[in-house]
Amino acid sequence: MSQKITSYPGHEITPDEVKEGKYLHVIYKFEPRYSWAAGVAISRFLTELKDGKIVARKCYKCQRILVPPRMYCEQCFRPTDEWVRIKDTGTVNTFSISHVGTDARRLKTPILIAVVDIDGASPGMGILHNLGEVEPSRITIGMKVQAVWKRAEERQGAITDIRYFKPVER
Amino acid sequence: MKRRVAIVGAGITLFRRRMLESPKELSFEASKMALDSAGLTLKDIQSVVSGSAPDAFDGVHMKGEYYLDGMGAIGKPHQRVYVGGGTGVFTPVGGWWNVASGLYDTCLCVAEEKMSPLHPHPQYAFWSIFDQILERPLGTTLLWIFSLEMRRYMHKYGIKEEEIAEVAVKNKGNAIDHPSAQLGARISVDDVMRSEPICEPVKRLDVSPPSDGAAAVILASEKVAKKLTDQPVWLDGVGWTLDSTHWTNRDLAYPEYVEKAAKMAYKMAGIKNPRKEIEVAEPYDPFDYKELHHLEGLQLAGKGEAPKMTVDGVTQRDGDLPVCPSGGLLGVGNPIAAAGMMKICEIFWQLRGEAGKRQVKKDARTGLAQAWGDLMQVGTVTVMRS
Repeated sequence: MSQKITSYPGHEITPDEVKEGKYLHVIYKFEPRYSWAAGVAISRFLTELKDGKIVARKCYKCQRILVPPRMYCEQCFRPTDEWVRIKDTGTVNTFSISHVGTDARRLKTPILIAVVDIDGASPGMGILHNLGEVEPSRITIGMKVQAVWKRAEERQGAITDIRYFKPVER
Repeated sequence: MKRRVAIVGAGITLFRRRMLESPKELSFEASKMALDSAGLTLKDIQSVVSGSAPDAFDGVHMKGEYYLDGMGAIGKPHQRVYVGGGTGVFTPVGGWWNVASGLYDTCLCVAEEKMSPLHPHPQYAFWSIFDQILERPLGTTLLWIFSLEMRRYMHKYGIKEEEIAEVAVKNKGNAIDHPSAQLGARISVDDVMRSEPICEPVKRLDVSPPSDGAAAVILASEKVAKKLTDQPVWLDGVGWTLDSTHWTNRDLAYPEYVEKAAKMAYKMAGIKNPRKEIEVAEPYDPFDYKELHHLEGLQLAGKGEAPKMTVDGVTQRDGDLPVCPSGGLLGVGNPIAAAGMMKICEIFWQLRGEAGKRQVKKDARTGLAQAWGDLMQVGTVTVMRS
């Protein structure tokens, strides 16, 4: 605020004042439903997840192996060329212990999350996923992890067909 | 040929967790204050550029069309620009297009945000920015990307949480002197460290609050600006770039998209050595580590060196490079788009010597404001001179 200005507009209201009816408000719940087409690349990716496999797309020009897969290389700006099966193991690039859920409500059991760079893809090609079967205090960047899959009959062709990644036992 | 553009007025409302005013009313208050401060009335304004973050916050679709009468935009060329959290700084960039291009001599730029309507918490709206097939089913919240990025940044350069907490201490302290501020407070590094872990390593006091508020500036061509004021603040450089939404494929330790945006703005403004030439900066600080991350992307600190600068006091108001003298998002509040515009207003007032108790010690003539947003992918930068 400039020192030349002496009054600042706006009125704060508290949740209690709203509850007491001091200020009027209108409540509305928006409940739309969407059906998203997964797209050409991700449809194949999800189909392979259902089979317990992770696949990527390779660009012959820059030689990168891309995951999540895309049908075009955003750097070379040309179609990608080939489906490549990559491993279901990888390295923890970074991780977090989340004590809040989607709507910021506190969780009883924290969610362990990580960006996992997948083996067989180009360096730094990570995906977001959960970690499991590990004490939060034992997670480290650089830790080797492996996908823990749902049982074949439970898999639906979704990212959650992988339950989480767990540390690789050595 | 592009024309030189000046900021000639600024206005801002209170920033609070929940405001009585509607988006239109908040927009009106900020716009009117900006007009009054420039000695203009609405009929002097030729075009309007507005900014507001996701419609999902207030559940009003086509918000640009909804709030425009509160911005005096009826019957005028009006455009809404939107790059998530980067919107507040992108709004005057949009205004710059209007004036630098020669299309108009005056442009009112307004950023408005009401996050309070969404229940149970505004965080919920951020769920919908993640990939709908591969990420949302995992139960995402926006805090995740910040905590993952903060962890990677700390790991890469061996940074401690205590060093990062210094930013929250500084900014919340600076905000005590900002009349609009929601969360000005004297706190200690210890307070930050002992605050509730919400998404480790992010703790409650590492984070800016959800807020309602609005802010505005008026842009004018050189010819008009010189008639209106003997203290124009020149918008000499603008820059913006976006990376892809494939954020898990990115180097999370360094914001390359901010570097690109900054270099675009520096080139336009003729800045050769940013660390020497930028004398006051308002980088985007929705989380304390982001101020550090951005100082590095902006070339105002070497990679991994911003924490030490902060610990050494360089970024205090009386330091060699005052950073977030306003109090930033951490202290003044974070009504998304309005928060970025608050930074533009702050540099405007700092460069005119009008910032009162917040005035930085050095005689700053060149300043910078930057915002960041979307899925960790956008940088918006402005370089300003008095």
